[in-house]
Amino acid sequence: MPVLEVKGKKLTLDEDGFLQDWEEWDEEVAEALAKDTRFSPQPIELTEDHWVLIRYLREYFLKYGVAPPVRMLVKHMKKTLGKEKGTLEYIYKLFPQGPAKDACRIAGLPKPTGCV
Amino acid sequence: MVDIEKNGEFVKVEQKFTSWRDLLKPVTEKDFKPGFYHYPILKRDAEQLGIPYRDWDPLEPDWKLPEGWKETFLNKFKELLEKNRQFKLFMDICVRCGACADKCHYYIGTGDPKNMPVARAELLRSIYRRYFTKVGKIFGEWAGARELTEDVIKELYYYLYQCSLCRRCSAFCPYGIDTADIVWRGREMLQSIGTVQRFSYISIAACARTGNHLGLLPGGVAGALQSVAEDVYDITGIEIEVPINKKGADILFVTPSADYFATPHWYVCMGYLMLFHELEERYGFSYTWSTYASEGGNFGTFASYELAQKLSHKIYEEAERLGVKWILGGECGHMWRDKHQFMATMNPPPKTLEDPVSPITGTYFENAAEAKIVHIAEFVADLIEHKKINLDKSRNDHWKVTFHDSCNPARGMGLYEEPRYVIKNVCNYFYEMPEHSIREKTYCCGSGGGLLADEVMELRMRGGMPRAMALKHVHKRYGVNYLCTICAIDKAAFPTLFEFWKLPVEVGGMMELVGNALIMSDEEQERELDLRGNPLKKNEE
Repeated sequence: MPVLEVKGKKLTLDEDGFLQDWEEWDEEVAEALAKDTRFSPQPIELTEDHWVLIRYLREYFLKYGVAPPVRMLVKHMKKTLGKEKGTLEYIYKLFPQGPAKDACRIAGLPKPTGCV
Repeated sequence: MVDIEKNGEFVKVEQKFTSWRDLLKPVTEKDFKPGFYHYPILKRDAEQLGIPYRDWDPLEPDWKLPEGWKETFLNKFKELLEKNRQFKLFMDICVRCGACADKCHYYIGTGDPKNMPVARAELLRSIYRRYFTKVGKIFGEWAGARELTEDVIKELYYYLYQCSLCRRCSAFCPYGIDTADIVWRGREMLQSIGTVQRFSYISIAACARTGNHLGLLPGGVAGALQSVAEDVYDITGIEIEVPINKKGADILFVTPSADYFATPHWYVCMGYLMLFHELEERYGFSYTWSTYASEGGNFGTFASYELAQKLSHKIYEEAERLGVKWILGGECGHMWRDKHQFMATMNPPPKTLEDPVSPITGTYFENAAEAKIVHIAEFVADLIEHKKINLDKSRNDHWKVTFHDSCNPARGMGLYEEPRYVIKNVCNYFYEMPEHSIREKTYCCGSGGGLLADEVMELRMRGGMPRAMALKHVHKRYGVNYLCTICAIDKAAFPTLFEFWKLPVEVGGMMELVGNALIMSDEEQERELDLRGNPLKKNEE
């Protein structure tokens, strides 16, 4: 299994770069995951808009055990960042491989699994 | 005679397996291709479900099979032969006529001879002959029998997870051999030695833990449905209070959890809420969602009998607890083979349930009398037939629609006419794909049966090719821009597939089209947007 080193600690990832244990996650881990080019074509520079999304994912996950529905994600972005940034296209701009593959991975969440 | 090698184009076709005996040599990890093999089960899911676990890698030569694996596997084989007479029959009866060979979308897409349904079944038949028939015990390889070795286990793992249990091959088999049943039994044997894929077991464990494949906790289910209702409000101006876990409701509604989670499933969910609200306003229709039976699908039917039983049980249990009369089911694929053919025998329906009768039209759903669960397409078709809802077809005029028969509602329960009847009543433009790719001959999306995992993407894109090409035909010919399907896996798989095959066609469900066309009695302003937020075409008057 691939390993990610943050502050001297070795964190285990799965084959697709997702953190195996979501409790090991903190903001520095997120930065390291975003820069890990093994699982995304380019490193992602985390801006405040990225963090709005990541924080929402984390909060929702801790409450309900899974990442939020995509439409709720879009609505949250619209509410927090305004109409222009509240679109799926903008989310893809922030996270080029999409909310499941990039956003969830950087937020330390498992990828939603089912008929999705 | 013309010398073909010197003149003109010459394609040399090499036979991969020149005889049946060659087919007996197992394909092992050395030949596994990326994009075709699955990740192994996770520790936490194995522990939760009581499946033997070890840390192993499908690409390593040593699969660390558990001690006594051969005995465990063969005991399971024996047990399944004794329990399932159809399985024993399917092991004995095949005459290798080859009618199934080119009917499998994975064979068409990959060209791998071992993906012929007959070859897939032979993986198990060869073991069956060696250990459970006299001829095989005595004549061995000459009788098409082979020893069960670690390499054979590797081959089973590779090919049993390259089948989506769609049963197109069975529709062509003169004996009606159900390859899905064989593959399901084979996967069950693999489960006894912990050699199973990761994808479906994540959802099985989540469903056993929380009630749905996604693993959403009750608050999440309720919140997501509330969010769907908000979207309905934005389009129609109607406020809907979603009934959740309501005791004493007449009907329990179950649907795949993806319907209130993913897109384009979401629009279908809006359609459900709109229809049920309209029926409530006009006829006092009483129904409820459940946060416990919050999943219609059953990934257990991709794994083993016990797991399928475990997951479908909760629906009856919840129906009894809530005191409903019968159950209504949403747009799901494999769910309908489970609900139509398995559920009522795996778990006898509780005595509190009644035979399903539509409270609005009085129609008695005879076909659902045993399992007490009615398909949404039957329910809506019946409403339309009795003119109980008002529809404005022109609101779907921006769509040129085709219908993809999802494998299990089609071949598993014979649901061909009802969805078509509904679609033709809510859309003006409807076109069929070629005859050999619809109804009982429908092609799979390529991602069913536990194959919706990202790691097998190449297999999925190849397996979905026949469906994509059939769609391409109607897209070019009639300008079809909307593929309607009544399965949640389809809705997740098709957008990726069509992007890969460069088809500019949107994917959606029947209830989205119904939601668009539905004239709601308490809707005050004229509707301007469809459920996706696209502006509606104005009527030319």
